[in-house]
Amino acid sequence: MCSTCGCNQPSDAVTITLIGEEQTTREQQGFSLDMQGDDPQPTRHFHPGHGRRHAAHHHHHLHGHTHGHHHHLHSHDDHDHGHDHHHGKTVVELEQDILQKNNLLAERNRGFFEARNVLALNLVSSPGSGKTSLLERTLAALKGELECFVIEGDQQTSNDANRIAATGAPVVQINTGKGCHLDSDMVNQAVKKLRPSESSLLFIENVGNLVCPSLFDLGEGARVVIISVTEGDDKPIKYPDMFFSSDLCIINKIDLLPYVQFDMEKAKDYARRVNHHLEFIELSATSGQGMEQWLDWLKRKRGEMNA
Amino acid sequence: MHELSIVLSIVDAAEEQARKHGAAAVERIDLEIGALAGIEPDALAFAWEAGLPGTILANAERHIHYIPGRARCMDCGCQFDVQQLYEACPQCGNYFTDLLQGRELKIKSLTLTTAEEVIS
Ligand SMILES: Nc1nc2c(ncn2[C@@H]2O[C@H](COP(=O)(O)OP(=O)(O)OP(=O)(O)O)[C@@H](O)[C@H]2O)c(=O)[nH]1
Ligand SMILES: [Mg+2]
Ligand SMILES: [Zn+2]
Ligand SMILES: [Zn+2]
Repeated sequence: MCSTCGCNQPSDAVTITLIGEEQTTREQQGFSLDMQGDDPQPTRHFHPGHGRRHAAHHHHHLHGHTHGHHHHLHSHDDHDHGHDHHHGKTVVELEQDILQKNNLLAERNRGFFEARNVLALNLVSSPGSGKTSLLERTLAALKGELECFVIEGDQQTSNDANRIAATGAPVVQINTGKGCHLDSDMVNQAVKKLRPSESSLLFIENVGNLVCPSLFDLGEGARVVIISVTEGDDKPIKYPDMFFSSDLCIINKIDLLPYVQFDMEKAKDYARRVNHHLEFIELSATSGQGMEQWLDWLKRKRGEMNA
Repeated sequence: MHELSIVLSIVDAAEEQARKHGAAAVERIDLEIGALAGIEPDALAFAWEAGLPGTILANAERHIHYIPGRARCMDCGCQFDVQQLYEACPQCGNYFTDLLQGRELKIKSLTLTTAEEVIS
């Protein structure tokens, strides 16, 4: 059941689960993303995955009115008629971004992160580039130094969230069902469950997909695209959108460089053609090589937030 | 298939407008889509068929205005059309370019059918 209007969600609906929820739900009071109180209509009727059902339910009655276009034609000489149906036309010059709803909610997430001094990172990549592996290693490295929270996005399973939970970091799993990307509403709901603390780091691992997530702003402070050397050095021009919208490009699995054809300079050159603001870090989530640079980058970004 | 999300977002916006104006149906919708916005016209057409039945847009005429990509070279300042996000300046071969247009994803206008009862 959908909590907003009680309609039935389809079986592939989005689910959002705080791992180990039993132990952590207690301190929930007083935490709200809507603390600015400036928006009278928060996320009502914006449920990813079943917007169409709402549409179908709520607008049946509107269609009823389209009958009877020509009633008045054969009633003209019959002057005792009460009233006619006139069909007026209104042109609304909307000039509105198609993704306005997602963008507005993303801005609210962003405002929340900024007010709470949380550095939120949106990690995007093809399936299997090493997002979760990199997170596992990062969380272990930052333990005791920086508080970290994680949102895991996958179509199915809590496998990745369980891997993260094993490091001790609080984590929420979003299962998108058939959805191929996270959106700002899912992140908004996940953050309400996760309740990242002041001045922490929030990692959002997006669904493994190098195309769709690029369009959906989540409210992140920076977007990090991860490719691995096993994917080919022309990835940036095969899937330019993601590189265009990212701030940092991590080139992972460099421990495998001796075994694969991958021209590092060519890959970077391609990526720079798409986005000349892009920064690069080469590393191996397995061997740990290059991790220092990544951790430095994280601390630098955190520092910039305070400035 | 993010095109389906796109279509559902369009439906959402159209319904909001219809509600606002007390409209019975949407007769026509005009969209502006950048050639480099990451939307495949075929996938959009497919998602349109899948996402619309039963909604206020079910019988709407769809007009898509594609906006070609255009960039400016940061070196020589010349402006040129681009088909990709990674094209070099035709004057100086430089890849340091700024995209001026082509990422649009917009509902330009809606033509609503408003049913008013008129006493004659
Ligand atoms: N050799 C090597 N293997 C790695 C490295 N990083 C990750 N892997 C392996 O790559 C595979 C996928 O890693 P994950 O971390 O699950 O990748 P992911 O991006 O989270 O995958 P999805 O969530 O499914 O998109 C696993 O078998 C990892 O062990 C690396 O730096 N070197
Ligand atoms: Mg993963
Ligand atoms: Zn998709
Ligand atoms: Zn030039």
